[in-house]
Amino acid sequence: MKNRITELLSKTKKPVLSVFYTAGFPNLDDTEKIAIALEAAGADLIEIGIPFSDPVADGPTIQASNKKALDNGMSVALLLKQVAALRTKVKMPVILMGYLNPVMQYGFERFFKDAAFAGVDGLILPDLPLDEFAQYEALTTSLNLSVSFLISPTTSEARVRKIDAISTGFVYAVSASSTTGAKGQFTPEQIAYFNRLKSYNLKNPFLIGFGISNYTTYSQACAYGAGAIVGSSFIQQISESKNLEAAIQQFVLSLTTSK
Amino acid sequence: MRYEVDSRGYYGNFGGAYIPEMLYPNVEELRQQYLEIIQQPAFQKEFQDLLRQYVGRPTPLYYAARLSEKYMANVYLKREDLCHTGAHKINNTIGQILLAKRLGKQKIIAETGAGQHGVATATVCALMGMECMVYMGKLDMERQRPNVERMRILGTQVVPAVSGNMTLKDATNEAMRHWINHPTDTHYIIGSVVGPHPYPHMVTLFQSIISEEIKKQLLAEIGQPNPDYVVACVGGGSNAAGAFYHYLNEEHVNLVGVEAAGLGIDSGESAATTALGKPGVLHGSKTLLMQTTDGQVIEPYSISAGLDYPGIGPLHAHLFETGRVQFVSATDDEAMHAGIELARTEGIIPAIESAHAIAALSKLELTTEDVVVVNLSGRGDKDLETYIHWGKY
Repeated sequence: MKNRITELLSKTKKPVLSVFYTAGFPNLDDTEKIAIALEAAGADLIEIGIPFSDPVADGPTIQASNKKALDNGMSVALLLKQVAALRTKVKMPVILMGYLNPVMQYGFERFFKDAAFAGVDGLILPDLPLDEFAQYEALTTSLNLSVSFLISPTTSEARVRKIDAISTGFVYAVSASSTTGAKGQFTPEQIAYFNRLKSYNLKNPFLIGFGISNYTTYSQACAYGAGAIVGSSFIQQISESKNLEAAIQQFVLSLTTSK
Repeated sequence: MRYEVDSRGYYGNFGGAYIPEMLYPNVEELRQQYLEIIQQPAFQKEFQDLLRQYVGRPTPLYYAARLSEKYMANVYLKREDLCHTGAHKINNTIGQILLAKRLGKQKIIAETGAGQHGVATATVCALMGMECMVYMGKLDMERQRPNVERMRILGTQVVPAVSGNMTLKDATNEAMRHWINHPTDTHYIIGSVVGPHPYPHMVTLFQSIISEEIKKQLLAEIGQPNPDYVVACVGGGSNAAGAFYHYLNEEHVNLVGVEAAGLGIDSGESAATTALGKPGVLHGSKTLLMQTTDGQVIEPYSISAGLDYPGIGPLHAHLFETGRVQFVSATDDEAMHAGIELARTEGIIPAIESAHAIAALSKLELTTEDVVVVNLSGRGDKDLETYIHWGKY
């Protein structure tokens, strides 16, 4: 069986839209509803965030969603159950993204196996060091789970290549030296960084994330990467809405079409 | 050395650098250069000169006669409370700011709980003419107003951390977020032996002056450098790391770490990490951590804001696991009584953190021959409000 992420990125002719949202937010059982609505609205990939009490790489929007999700009662075990259920209803690849400690407490091997069994296609664990991952690489490969690592504008070329070599599915290109959060537009320095990444001819496609919030930033990111990842602006949109499905449809539309 | 950090940044099973890629270049730059810079003769001269002339080192090793009589042992107090700014914290901030200058950094950030590390950072930034921002939990800012104003007088911008429970853990999160957003011109002065490698080792090295001096002073005082016990309080564990460091391989010296039990270890309101924690990852290192079974970090509690941290440094987690250090705990009440006791017997009002170390004296089985060094990490000026509020004196 092919990995859904690899399949998507090798077959698609157009840039992919990947949407990040926090599991169990705004309500505990919204994880599945959001996935279904995102697929209906035209998203290509979802990244479901495992909430953590101390999300140091996140700005205020995702921090707040983490806190709410934990207050709602979200946990790794519950999320895996929710994913197994939504897997039968959505076709697109599902990625779990989260800080290391909740995964470590669940148990690394148990987590990888249960995630694969639930139908998860890929993982992003931003504070997992490359050399710590080495011991699990054979397991994730055998489970057909892709594992994507992050690069940032300050990552050296040698390290970008090392990260590309160990990543599967795609490389997550963080657009700026920043925490997560919506920004209006990209600077010339960021565009230069995207061009630099393009020139490396990496083995993996790269998706650009952080700071993407509107048509301008989305289309720019898609012009350089294999697609774009949005998170904070999406979470902002759904946290303020009364009608989840309508809000999601409107959000995807506003991102992918010029005014 | 069994207790020295290894090439991967681990103390046994603990340590490492569990950081998102956005922090990797900053931490890697530091990792590659810290030892080389610290070992430079010019660095050492500047560091030692400042410790002597500015901080007031060596701090006295004081034979506490009346306390000794009470506990029927020979109790010495290592007077870190007499350091400029009132605690051992400045040993580390002097070292790190000299390092930051050599790395070409222009701005300094720090986190603080009770404000002692914040004041020590603000002080060295004023001394070196560097721009300084200190993150402090909003709740802690309200609890520790005098230290907030001390930092402001010193020209530092104090930024309230309004996430989470608005205490030290959240201030640390905010400082890390700031560093992610300002990776090139800013150095983050972490105040304890926590954080990603090389911080725990670097801070330990800067604080190791404490045990270096104890050895010399004891030799002069009693004719031999090693006591029977060294006792220090442990929050993150920087004063304990400094007081223990040169004794780690002297296996016959008993090392005692005193954690804050708060209202009692099983009360749900405690900060005794070795008793309540399990291995986990927070703020860049793998260590013992107070957390739920789901891996969410638990907010600790102690009457002492400086011990109010859900983890301990990875070195201490290793020293606990190997049994090299005996960890005990003292409750709020025990610590407050010990603070008053030290005030009445020796005329020294200790910081409430350090009062926890004094409180451990009654828990040790001491003989009249025993030589005990208690690291008196800070003075109690900052805690007057807490003493007054507690009221039992």
